[in-house]
Amino acid sequence: MLFKLSWQNLKKSFKDYAIYFFTLILGVAIFYLFNSIESQTVLLDVSKNTQAIIQLLMNMLSIVSVFVALVLGFLILYASRFLMKRRSREFGIYMVLGMEKKNISKLLLCETFFIGLLSLFVGLGIGIFLSQIMSVFVANLFEADLTHFQFVFSALAFWKTIIYFGIMYGCVMIFHTISVGKCKLIDLLQASKKSEQVKLKSPLLCIFLFFLAVGALSFAYYKVTIGVTTLTNASDIFLPIFLGLGATFLIIWSLSGVFLRIMMHFRAHYFHQLNSFIVREVSSKINTTTFSLSVITILLFLTICILSSAWSIQNSMTYNLKKMAPIDLQVVKKMNLEQKNNNQGISYDFLLNDADRMDTKLSILESFQQASFDYENWLDDILEISLYRVPNMTFQKTLGDAYSIVKEQNPYLSYDMVEDFMKISDYNRLASKFSLPTYSLLDSEYILLANFSSMESLRNVALNLKTPLLFEGVTLTPKYQTCQEGFIYMSQGHINSGLFLVPDSLLTDDLREENILVANYKGNDEQKENIEKMIVSFQQHPYFQQLSYSQLSWITKASLYESSVGLSAMVTFIGLYLGIIFLMSSAAILALKELSESADNKIRYQMLRKLGTDEKMICRALFYQIAIFFFFPLLFALIHSIFGIQFCNYLLETFGNEQLFKSIIMTSSVLVFIYGGYFLLTYYCSKNIITDRGRGY
Amino acid sequence: MKSILDIQNIEKYYGNQNNLTKAIHQISFRVEEGEFVAIMGSSGSGKTTLLNCIATIDRVTSGHILVDGKDITLLKGNQLNQFRREKLGFIFQDFNLLDTLTAYENIALALSIQNVPFKEMEERILKVSQDLDITSILKKYPYQLSGGQKQRVASARAIVTNPKLVLADEPTGALDSKNAKMLLESFSYLNTKRNTTILMVTHDAFTASYASRIIFIKDGKVFNEIRKGDQSRKSFFDQIIDVVTLLGGDFGDVI
Repeated sequence: MLFKLSWQNLKKSFKDYAIYFFTLILGVAIFYLFNSIESQTVLLDVSKNTQAIIQLLMNMLSIVSVFVALVLGFLILYASRFLMKRRSREFGIYMVLGMEKKNISKLLLCETFFIGLLSLFVGLGIGIFLSQIMSVFVANLFEADLTHFQFVFSALAFWKTIIYFGIMYGCVMIFHTISVGKCKLIDLLQASKKSEQVKLKSPLLCIFLFFLAVGALSFAYYKVTIGVTTLTNASDIFLPIFLGLGATFLIIWSLSGVFLRIMMHFRAHYFHQLNSFIVREVSSKINTTTFSLSVITILLFLTICILSSAWSIQNSMTYNLKKMAPIDLQVVKKMNLEQKNNNQGISYDFLLNDADRMDTKLSILESFQQASFDYENWLDDILEISLYRVPNMTFQKTLGDAYSIVKEQNPYLSYDMVEDFMKISDYNRLASKFSLPTYSLLDSEYILLANFSSMESLRNVALNLKTPLLFEGVTLTPKYQTCQEGFIYMSQGHINSGLFLVPDSLLTDDLREENILVANYKGNDEQKENIEKMIVSFQQHPYFQQLSYSQLSWITKASLYESSVGLSAMVTFIGLYLGIIFLMSSAAILALKELSESADNKIRYQMLRKLGTDEKMICRALFYQIAIFFFFPLLFALIHSIFGIQFCNYLLETFGNEQLFKSIIMTSSVLVFIYGGYFLLTYYCSKNIITDRGRGY
Repeated sequence: MKSILDIQNIEKYYGNQNNLTKAIHQISFRVEEGEFVAIMGSSGSGKTTLLNCIATIDRVTSGHILVDGKDITLLKGNQLNQFRREKLGFIFQDFNLLDTLTAYENIALALSIQNVPFKEMEERILKVSQDLDITSILKKYPYQLSGGQKQRVASARAIVTNPKLVLADEPTGALDSKNAKMLLESFSYLNTKRNTTILMVTHDAFTASYASRIIFIKDGKVFNEIRKGDQSRKSFFDQIIDVVTLLGGDFGDVI
């Protein structure tokens, strides 16, 4: 009997709560999809490096999945809470007929079980289907060939999805049992008769709190954008975050009152057609859902920031690599080791073995010869240059008079860092290989190169003051009053925090810090691939094995590309995963809230119809009502994001933000697709419910 | 006198071929301008169906309904809405006020869907609320009002558009006797002073005694019709009770 009743209920409510089922199914599908990435990559022919990144990605995804499960769990609990509320009359009737609370709980248990089973079944089906499509996308991301299609199925993700969602549904069951146990019969039967109490908040208090919150929010915005340099500790960020959260809640709380007051002020417009009805409905809805709306605003804000940052990183990395990795191979070697200290301040002189002692005096090419590396056969455009350090030339010293200003703003930088120098002629030779601008210098001038923008701005303070460089009895003045573009190491981003170009005669061999060799591979693409493999195995040559400290560090264009692909794939996946779930959850909460009120709305719209309102006017009123309810939190989140994205860019500066526009376009398309989809679905479902003439009057 | 409502041989059937219910079976009557007519009948007699058909909420199976000389059974789609907002005023048993709007805004809604200019709207609302003695509660929300006040606000909403015909469906059904009396006196006032034509459906003899004519319906047919004429309300009430007794046992439990 219970079984039959719950099955009937499910069938009956399926139409009404289609969006709830839809969201559950989508949640299951996405959960499976992202957890099954591992099995999608197993078939791909990728390098070891990429495999390590995939492993890292899997670990990250499983951590994120716990978080996602929490978000979905709250969504399901929240949704089932007001679905329960809507059915209170039905439960009341059961109880009047003499059904025990225990049995009602059992009924709900049955229903939740059915819903769970159904959503898991359908969701997993869709997830498995989508993962076939996704595997093509994954292969594309990791730049691997998918030569033959193969059916992928991840048993691990399958069971994980079942267990996680099983726990969620279990929580819902417990929640139902508790809330049924607590409810009173009279409340259940009269739930629909309780008219909503519209409490007008004191307008003065509203306006006061509104401006207070706007002030707090502006301060938080200022803190994360213009005033971002004042955030010296990691914990300093909590103040703007808390201010932002509090202000969001207060603004939404006070806005319904303020909004109503403002609209009522334009009386002629307020009393035009159904405007008064729309305004009242919206403000009462904002009034009763202040908390949910605040949470949704924050979720949307996070979604926008996560998605746009993820894409910004991905796009910028691809874009940067073309510029920042212009040559096939770069080898760097520390020189004059015996004169230096290691990280712990112990002199290398005590640590070096005989082989080290000999090798550290050799150039990179000479080391190659020692290892009998036939470089002339493999490498083209070979260039070896040196980087120099002058022991007492620290960051503090090169800042000159600007030191006190810079130190005040950034007290935690290490100012005793020794600066890098390079001969102007050496740099120009490197720059022409890297297709960078070359420079010329007088004997009494220096040029400062940097592209890490926060360091650039610090150094520009000093350059602006024309800070002289006191160099072995010679005084050099800056040729340019700003940092110039340039770098010497291949990388994925802008990491050059400062390099001084000085006249050749000032730097002597004993100041050499390291040697840098750059070269291209010889031959066509296939041959180049072979050389790359050979270079990787050459690094294990016995000659290098016997050295303990005097090592070469190798950077190849191919490895940079590979790790960048992995990293960008990782951020894309996690960004998309979190973004879609957040977006879906917030849209689903709004949609469910709206639809669960559609029964009340139905009576209201019936009444409007009896008064003789045009069908068109009714649809328009419904549309505006839902549109405002959906797009108000989005608009608020967008305003937050304008500042949030700037802060993200500040944090992710090294990755570059050249491609911000492109990523914003991509973010908004996801937003429009998912959020807009939910909006339209809600509108059409509500319209269906209110135009259903079968029942009522 | 001009006839506002002319019902000609209407029938309304529910159900399918196997199970046919005749809710209304050949009803005809007229309502003249300025009349206050009550329709009485027990539950299931078809009086609400009749009202719904006149209100164009439901459609008749056959027959014609002429309101102000126009056949409303031929109207379709938005013509129906237009007819309702221009010719009819509604008063419901459970008030049907929008709880998010103030009393003033509830009344204004009926005018704003007719695109009445805001200045004129204010004058008309003020006048009608003076007639119904609700000026002091215009700024309140429905939940702050008593049942009688709510029903008077609903009445104001129904007549503010100056409809040809006001339809009232059990208007006193949810009111206590004191409030019911006050409301019915308002109805009489509107009927005599503003010359509002009212058609009221009720099963309560006391409520019906305020009308000038009563049409009794039983099993979907007109059973009897009595006029108040010059007699007092008390003797009219006694006359109603006589008819109700004639109508049969199922009215017994009402009084």
